[in-house]
Amino acid sequence: MTTPDLAVPAGPRAPRRRRPTFGGTAKYVSLVAASAIVLVPLLVVLLTSLKTEQEAATTGPLTPPGNWFNFANYLTAFQEGQMVQAFVNTTIILGVSTTGTVLIGSMAAYAIDRFEFRLKKLVMSLFLVATLVPGVTTQVATFQIVNDLGAFNTRWAAILLYLGTDIVSIYVFLQFIRSIPISLDEAARLDGANSFTVYWRIILPMLKPAIATVVIIKGITVYNDFYIPFLYMPDSELGTVSTALFRFKGPFGAHWETISAGTVLVILPTLVVFLALQRFIYSGFAAGSTK
Amino acid sequence: MTALQKDRKRGPAPAHAAPAAPTKKPALRRRTTRRHRWFTPWLYLLIPLTLLVAFTYLPILDMFGYSVTDWDGVSPTSENVGAANYTELFTRPELFKVFLVSGVYLVASFVQIAAALWFATVLSFDTRFRNLFKGILFFPYLVNGVAIGFVFLYFFQPGGTLDSLLNLLGYHGRLMWLGDPDLVNKSLAGVSVWRYMGLNMVLFLGAIQSIPGHLYEAASLDGANRWQQFRHIIAPSIKPIISLSVILAISGSLAVFEIPYIMTGGANGSQTFVIQTVNLAFKFDKVGLASASAVVLLALILLVTWIQRRLVPEERVELS
Repeated sequence: MTTPDLAVPAGPRAPRRRRPTFGGTAKYVSLVAASAIVLVPLLVVLLTSLKTEQEAATTGPLTPPGNWFNFANYLTAFQEGQMVQAFVNTTIILGVSTTGTVLIGSMAAYAIDRFEFRLKKLVMSLFLVATLVPGVTTQVATFQIVNDLGAFNTRWAAILLYLGTDIVSIYVFLQFIRSIPISLDEAARLDGANSFTVYWRIILPMLKPAIATVVIIKGITVYNDFYIPFLYMPDSELGTVSTALFRFKGPFGAHWETISAGTVLVILPTLVVFLALQRFIYSGFAAGSTK
Repeated sequence: MTALQKDRKRGPAPAHAAPAAPTKKPALRRRTTRRHRWFTPWLYLLIPLTLLVAFTYLPILDMFGYSVTDWDGVSPTSENVGAANYTELFTRPELFKVFLVSGVYLVASFVQIAAALWFATVLSFDTRFRNLFKGILFFPYLVNGVAIGFVFLYFFQPGGTLDSLLNLLGYHGRLMWLGDPDLVNKSLAGVSVWRYMGLNMVLFLGAIQSIPGHLYEAASLDGANRWQQFRHIIAPSIKPIISLSVILAISGSLAVFEIPYIMTGGANGSQTFVIQTVNLAFKFDKVGLASASAVVLLALILLVTWIQRRLVPEERVELS
């Protein structure tokens, strides 16, 4: 093998490898097989998205397209599938709800960790217990509340729900804020700073790594969410990438070349973000999902 | 100014846990904690608490309320029907048999955990293209659910990707992957494994990497092979996170919604409990009955979580 092994800094000559070890071959066979299982369904969709209508109907899924630069289906998906509107809606919802989540979550964590007040234990346990309640179970009743607020079929429905049901981010901030020394606050206080100045000038800038984690987790969750926009924003003008793509099922029915193009369009931004932020994403999800 | 006076009257600030701190510190600390007025923390908590109550606790209360009525979700009036919804739920077998579907997903999630353990272990040791493999296996977790649904609708189609691949391998029979009630849930559960295995793997990897390396060296000096190292070093160290995964697997299997809803709409016997609840509430306007079934689901999930906390007490997982 002449390929440089970038993945393992220790170099390919680590002594352990030489010894015939448990699962030496099985290891690579299983890794390659699993990677194929992950990649093949995705690649086939990419192939299909580049085929003409004729090709898609007559050739098998594994046959490559005649012209690798046939982007006509992407144009159709963009224009007729209302994908531009969908990306705009998603961006608005994403921007407002990630900003809101960061502010709300960090403020709650600041209040809980840095102040002494009555009912603090109760507030803490309210946030804690809420992590145990899965969102899907309460949707029937949540729907009525959103409806009563007049937010049904507006972007506010999604934004409010993303802000209101995100307890994990408060938890991530809380864990992190504990590691910021209190002496920093105290020094600022002695200089006459009030609590908001301390939060805004000292705590928030120190929280940067936690903010990155929360923005990544929140961003990917909101971008991928189907349930909330589907249930609360049925208006086609308000389609997000998930619901706009879901609507492809109707008009494009068996037009797999167009559906595939839409699917690739939705996956592409995720792939770019993933490749750019890999390291943060792994640790972010490890921190977020174990709470 | 009344707030300030009130604050002053409250007596000494609660003693902080700063046992070995220099003598100056407690005095300083007391001053900072007493400087603020009583309502200052509540200003920061106002919005988060309002949202928490409005979108978590109020819905739970409402749900209990609706579950004893025959409300249809639109009409201004509703009758109190007592436990009738719950009785209906437990006595009409077709409403309860959806839990059998959860069983298929549960079995699949054990396959998923086993695979994740294998790959996490393999990738913790020097392996060529380690980061590449890790990236490929994790990536599906980040992909949009609707996109996954379409990718696999095409994959399982008659004459689609899977059939073509099987043809290449010499199998020419036709299986209705999504049309056959005996097969549909297995196919869909397979999609779940495809989607979530990488997340489990990354969680396990994180836990395995926090094991100090000298343990392996000591073990291999003692002549332990890889299996013995896994059995006696890795497995015990990551037990808490495995138990967490099992819990998430159980509650996840009860709450499956997205993929089957997108791919089959619950047809051919792939209806899950959540799809049924959503349909009851929003398609058949039976908010009362839907609320009762949501209460049952919530109770089941809380029960599972509670059992886990009893079985694996105090072993909080600390990653990162």
